Amino acid sequence: MNLKMLSGISLGRVAIYLILIVFALLYLAPLYVMLTTSLKDIEEIRSGNLLALPNDPTFYAWIKAWSSACTGSECNGLAPFFWNSVKIVVPAVLISTVVGAFNGYVLAKWKFKGSELLFGALLFGCFIPFQVILLPMAILLAKLGLANTVSGLVLVHVIYGVAFTTLFFRNYYVGIPTELVRAAQLDGAGFLNIFRHVFLPLSTPIFVVTIIWQFTQIWNDFLFGVVYSGPGTQPITVALNNLVNTSIGGKEYNVDMAAAIIAALPTLFVYVVAGKYFVRGLTAGAVKG
Amino acid sequence: MKNNKKVSAIAAAAIMASSTAVMAGEVEVLHWWTSGGEAASVGYLQDKLSDAGVSWTDFAVAGGGGENAMTVLKSRAISGNPPTAAQIKGPSIQEWGDLGFLADIDAVAQANDWDSLLPKVVSDVMKHNGKYVAAPVNVHRVNWMWSNPEVFRAAGATIPTTWDDFMVQAKKIQDAGYIALAHGGQAWQDATLFEAVVLGVGGADYYKKAFVETDMSALQSDTTLAVFETFGQLRQFIDTNSPGRDWNVATSMVINGEAAMQIMGDWAKGEFKVAGKSVGTDYTCTAAPGTSGTHTFNIDSFAFFAQADASATAAQAVMAAEILGSDFQEVFNLNKGSIPARLGMSRDKFDSCAHDSMDAFVASSQTGGLVPSFAHGMAVSSAVSGAIYDAATNFFNTNQSAEEGVRQLVGAIAAAK
Amino acid sequence: MLNLLEKHLPKIVIAPTTVAMIVCMYGFILWTGLLSFTKSRMMPQWDFVGFEQYVRLFDNPRWHIALDNLFIFIFLFIAISLVLGLLLAIFLDQRIRNEGAIRTIYLYPMAISFIVTGTAWKWILNPGLGIEKLLRDMGFVDFEFRWLVDPDMAIYTIVIAAVWQSSGFVMAMFLAGLRGVDDNLTKAAKIDGASAIRLYWHIILPIMRPVFFSAIVILTHIAIKSFDLVQALTGGGPGYASDLPANFMYTFAFNRAQMGVGAASAMIMLFGVLAVLIPYLYSELREKKS
Repeated sequence: MNLKMLSGISLGRVAIYLILIVFALLYLAPLYVMLTTSLKDIEEIRSGNLLALPNDPTFYAWIKAWSSACTGSECNGLAPFFWNSVKIVVPAVLISTVVGAFNGYVLAKWKFKGSELLFGALLFGCFIPFQVILLPMAILLAKLGLANTVSGLVLVHVIYGVAFTTLFFRNYYVGIPTELVRAAQLDGAGFLNIFRHVFLPLSTPIFVVTIIWQFTQIWNDFLFGVVYSGPGTQPITVALNNLVNTSIGGKEYNVDMAAAIIAALPTLFVYVVAGKYFVRGLTAGAVKG
Repeated sequence: MKNNKKVSAIAAAAIMASSTAVMAGEVEVLHWWTSGGEAASVGYLQDKLSDAGVSWTDFAVAGGGGENAMTVLKSRAISGNPPTAAQIKGPSIQEWGDLGFLADIDAVAQANDWDSLLPKVVSDVMKHNGKYVAAPVNVHRVNWMWSNPEVFRAAGATIPTTWDDFMVQAKKIQDAGYIALAHGGQAWQDATLFEAVVLGVGGADYYKKAFVETDMSALQSDTTLAVFETFGQLRQFIDTNSPGRDWNVATSMVINGEAAMQIMGDWAKGEFKVAGKSVGTDYTCTAAPGTSGTHTFNIDSFAFFAQADASATAAQAVMAAEILGSDFQEVFNLNKGSIPARLGMSRDKFDSCAHDSMDAFVASSQTGGLVPSFAHGMAVSSAVSGAIYDAATNFFNTNQSAEEGVRQLVGAIAAAK
Repeated sequence: MLNLLEKHLPKIVIAPTTVAMIVCMYGFILWTGLLSFTKSRMMPQWDFVGFEQYVRLFDNPRWHIALDNLFIFIFLFIAISLVLGLLLAIFLDQRIRNEGAIRTIYLYPMAISFIVTGTAWKWILNPGLGIEKLLRDMGFVDFEFRWLVDPDMAIYTIVIAAVWQSSGFVMAMFLAGLRGVDDNLTKAAKIDGASAIRLYWHIILPIMRPVFFSAIVILTHIAIKSFDLVQALTGGGPGYASDLPANFMYTFAFNRAQMGVGAASAMIMLFGVLAVLIPYLYSELREKKS
């Protein structure tokens, strides 16, 4: 659908392009500041204009941020923490997505007494400020023997991610005609077979959306990561925070900015590469109530 | 039985630490020293421990002056799994001790004679119910004023020694086109400035009565009103872009000659050094106005948490002994700009500002001018110091009258007690 | 036997989530609720003191500012993100060349953690370093943009940064919604001679109601989590003028040994948000069913 009648006048199209480009520039401004700063040396940052291009671009800050910046008494950069994050994010995203898919399937097509109430209750769970659950969750994790472990962190992310993944899948599956379920039932297919043969083949778009959402949320999480990790299992956001926080002088803004971009690379990558599928996935029904 | 075992392990460790025998053990240390110089200092301690056979598991959580680290510590403690040692200071040590989380390291302290190594004002902070539970790494002096003599010369002003004089000199500097006071508008920096005014206007006795004992009649006295009046006058001498500015950016304003003065603890010295400036010619360190002869101290320390496991307890003792070792104290404090917490060390490697700080520390402890810094969590419980932060920062960043400032301060402290 | 299993399979599948939800959401809220009636300071302590902590909370001037800020923030953040996201989506839906690149630009802020982006924003918004200086250097000597350092305006800089971060995501949702609209519908409207504005206002927007619903749920979720935003951008300042309840709660519970007050603030915050949301969610969910 488009504004054909508007665009009959080419002036209208020019205006649309202009608006889109102006906003694109506004959205890019912080990234521009971060990128140029990361390529400057510290003298230039101190003396020069923040918005100017670097005089003599250097990758020193990037190399330092990746491999030799201090994040504690160890100075090995972000590299070790990158893998910690991967170890947390991959299982957490997969488990929460699969659980969400089954939950959504049940709540959309296998309603039982109280299932609507359950859905509503789960939905409200999306609005809990996470600071509230920090201490009781710490007690629970300790009781389960999972305190300060990767498994513990995965569990926390799954529990608080499932509300959203369930919401996504349920809304998507509601749009699939119930007649398909009835027909499959007449053919003698059960709960699991219907899911596997009818729903799963239709689910690629919503899996893409859910995985992107969960990946972004968990990769960028700081609060859970800092509280429930232990030495050696800290995710990259915690390391980034350690790297940029200095209580005594010598703040290296170029290293900070390079580190921030490095920490964001996987999510940036996902948005750039999978962005197209993301909108397609949303179009395919994820946004239908 | 278990306790006996612990005590003997500590005693054994204490003896071994002094004879550098090799033994196994592990310490897990929660701290928020992650920036260059600090990280190197912690790394040095780590090496010392590894020489003594104790491995170090580093658990760094930076941010908000330890705010994130305290959240982590609480969740670790509540789940029955506290780290071996954590960077905690001041009255918080007592709060953790009252809850029964801290380990008694008195054996190692006695074996190394901490009572005679440490000034009483330091050792008092490290003890809970008369037993050592923490080890100090340094003493910061907070009531410093850093000045750029070039700016003073250009403005025809002199470095002020009282707050009344400060207003006169600052006006001259401002009229000459400079920023008089470099300041970063963050709550802790506002509190640091407020603290200097409290001490300079009210004097050490008032300071202790009102801001250490939180005596309500002292807080409601006219002195507090005078403090807020002076504090309020300072608003005009800082630039309007100060809110949110990091302290080291404010320091660089003094270094570049944009601003004349900054009131900040001795850690500011590191910034001047990094910029290649030398003390006396490029910058000067003097006591904050009206606080000459007094010393606002801020002691960093590691508190030790009770451990179920005997080898962890033994490793803890080795760590405690190493922290008080003169090697570590020297390296750490040269890096950080502070002075060693223990007495009887060579002062050769320290600069003149550090010497001043050492002299003021000793002299003020005789005269009663040695006071704990409330802006840095040394004087009152975290609840009360938070209340002071709120009142000071809100007053300084709005157009509140001095009367209203006093009223809010008194209300906030009463509610936090 | 197998039939019985088959019959109960849906419930069995959803049981773990239900248990986790009851314990880890509602159980923990209850735990915090109980905590708010105790005199807990440094650590939880189960000596009950009634409403004392709530009295303390509402005596605190900082709390009132945080609460006011929450409503300003949530309202503006959601409203601006929706409007901006919708407009950008409509414009982007006009067969734009390089749509993919522009869309990615709008989306990328969501991918970056605010821990450091906050610093970049701090510079851009700082009068002495960023926009104000830039425009003054360009010759607009009287240009002023001092929200970051103005206690009355600082909360709006947080809105700006939050909108920057999330509006692209909303744009993607609306764009998807627009793509999902049946072409026949718009064709029919065009034949009737409806203007573009009328077409969008009367036909397309009503169809997109579910998208609004999902977007509002997601934006509210983000708004409540906007804690690192404040931390990184203003630190709650100048003074505590831009404090939000999540930051207030975190500081009091974990850093100031006032856990009871922190818990009380969390409860007020939670119920404040739910009181506004529940009617909306309820009406939306109900209507769909009928």
